[in-house]
Amino acid sequence: MELLNILFVAPFLDMADSPVFLLEVIISGLLTGVMYSLVALGFVLIFKASGVFNFAQGAMVLFAALTLVGLMERGVPVIVAIVVAAAVMVVLAVAIERFMLRHLVNQEGIILFMATIGLNFLLEGSGQIAWGSDVKRLDVGLPDNPFEIGDILLSTFDMSAAVIAAVLVTVLAVFFQRTTIGRALRAVADDHQAALSVGIPLKTIWIIVWSVAGFVALVAGIMWGTKSGVQFSLSLIALKALPVLILGGFTSVPGAIIGGLIIGVGEKIAEIYWGPAFGGAIEGWFAYMLALAFLLFRPQGLFGEKIIERV
Amino acid sequence: MFYREAGQFKTNYQSDQAVFPILQDRVFIALVLIIAYGVVPWIADEYWLQAVLIPFLIFSLAAIGLNILTGYAGQVSLGTGAFMAVGAYATYKITTAFPEINILLVYPMAGLVAAGVGTLFGLPSLRIKGFYLAVATLAAQFFILWLFNKVGWFFNDNPSGTITAPPRALFGITMTGPEASPEVRYYISLTFLAVMGLAAKNLVRGRIGRSWMAIRDMDIAAEIIGIQPLKTKLLAFAISSFYCGVAGALMIFAWLGSAETEAFDIFVSFQVLFMIIIGGLGSILGSILGAAFITIVPIFLTNFPPMVGLAISTDLSKHLEEIIFGGLIVFFLIVEPAGFARLWQIAKEKLRQWPFPY
Repeated sequence: MELLNILFVAPFLDMADSPVFLLEVIISGLLTGVMYSLVALGFVLIFKASGVFNFAQGAMVLFAALTLVGLMERGVPVIVAIVVAAAVMVVLAVAIERFMLRHLVNQEGIILFMATIGLNFLLEGSGQIAWGSDVKRLDVGLPDNPFEIGDILLSTFDMSAAVIAAVLVTVLAVFFQRTTIGRALRAVADDHQAALSVGIPLKTIWIIVWSVAGFVALVAGIMWGTKSGVQFSLSLIALKALPVLILGGFTSVPGAIIGGLIIGVGEKIAEIYWGPAFGGAIEGWFAYMLALAFLLFRPQGLFGEKIIERV
Repeated sequence: MFYREAGQFKTNYQSDQAVFPILQDRVFIALVLIIAYGVVPWIADEYWLQAVLIPFLIFSLAAIGLNILTGYAGQVSLGTGAFMAVGAYATYKITTAFPEINILLVYPMAGLVAAGVGTLFGLPSLRIKGFYLAVATLAAQFFILWLFNKVGWFFNDNPSGTITAPPRALFGITMTGPEASPEVRYYISLTFLAVMGLAAKNLVRGRIGRSWMAIRDMDIAAEIIGIQPLKTKLLAFAISSFYCGVAGALMIFAWLGSAETEAFDIFVSFQVLFMIIIGGLGSILGSILGAAFITIVPIFLTNFPPMVGLAISTDLSKHLEEIIFGGLIVFFLIVEPAGFARLWQIAKEKLRQWPFPY
């Protein structure tokens, strides 16, 4: 009886007690969700365009952030450092295509997935050798001042994260839907061989899409790095992005955003209202369980392409 | 020349359906077993047994388990570490609650517990497929480890939160924990691997194994020809988790001696997945070869620089190790995506024709 109370009654009473607090929880959840979406976005881009489930996205975030911090520590101005870091990500994309993907055309999904886990190790190791493995502070000059709307406490940093994510998504959506390259990217995603046979240069497309994903990783790295410092654990946020991905659907850019928001809010609410009932620290698995529950109703995620199977 | 089945006539169904129909294979397996049982413990010192051979045997068992699920039944799972943890914690609970039960029986019992949990977490596979399923199995990974960390009942409320293998003796020989001699623990691991490996080999060539492969190749088509997806997929999850559970139990009781849930974290799951991919999906021998590769390479990488007199800091060597390990994986996938099992097959083809390959 007490268990039922603590699970099904008490949390809702708490919520009804102080709606302002609930609103604050929801908003902070939404803002965390935006951060998750930024990471998930990189996964979606690569999966959409090359059918590769890129586990190394988290390592790419770490690598980009480490490069940026390393440059800034050596006295390079912020803007220049960001441009150079972006250039490094492009070089990385070219290298990945040249030395890895080119040799794995038409392999099965799981082989490509494994290859990106190998890449994950490579990037983590080399990033930390090049720039050191201690925790670094990243400050690119984004303002972080708290302010209040009504009774709700917000920070300018979180708001700018939300704005940056919104801009990024809009640009990407236009890029995918309206440009020639975007159309070619979608063709490649559908079928490697068919795309090749109508004259789409697979290699160029892959370089472009990995560069874009690298760029998204850089943005995510800046945001996460500013928030929690640049360190090895940054690459583990990939694990946070996975439930977002399956919830939103692997192939949908809006799905990554909505999924991120749902996971962010759900996680915060669960942690604050139901966490005590479970003895705390439930954020490690709650997102997965939430995504799993969604999947049981929509096996391809909320916005994923419907899976049609023929015999 | 050496590997030639010509002249080996099968005169009854029994010999035609044998697990190893070719004489050379039987001789090879027998030789491996004789060497593993009779020669290795005499020439290997304690370091080799403890740091290389025992983990290799245990991870082989886990890799066979995952290969049944992923390689044969086609269900990608990233929850291997959690299922191993279930086996380990179940063994601990059973043997501390009933110390009089023969420890060698406790392992299969723990395996059964793991099989139950595996079946439970296999249920989503009926609706979710491919990478979606892989990520969904991560739910099992994180949830189970959190549970074992949080609920005191699982580790008998001891303040350190670790489980420690209590010494259990059989026929007057200590079988578990740090007091047991490495040879004894080696023999136990080897026996489990040999018996369960042969069982797996037998399983995958029969009706059950064929229905798994049908589900893997196309589950809708398999359903149409009369294979029940529910039964087949859940059976794959159950048997795979049984293997992983026993491997996890051995990991604590025959190798580490004591551990926290961290010993079974997600990197263990990835490691086992590496083993079956490098070894070869859908091959029992491949699982063992893959396990050998993945357990031995890091040890080699750690020990190699000091051996040639290079003094590098532990931090740097750790990262170098990561780089080389990652690079090797990518390299192997490019050179031979079908894994060691395929290389072995090619070698056999070559042996069949040698020395006159025309």
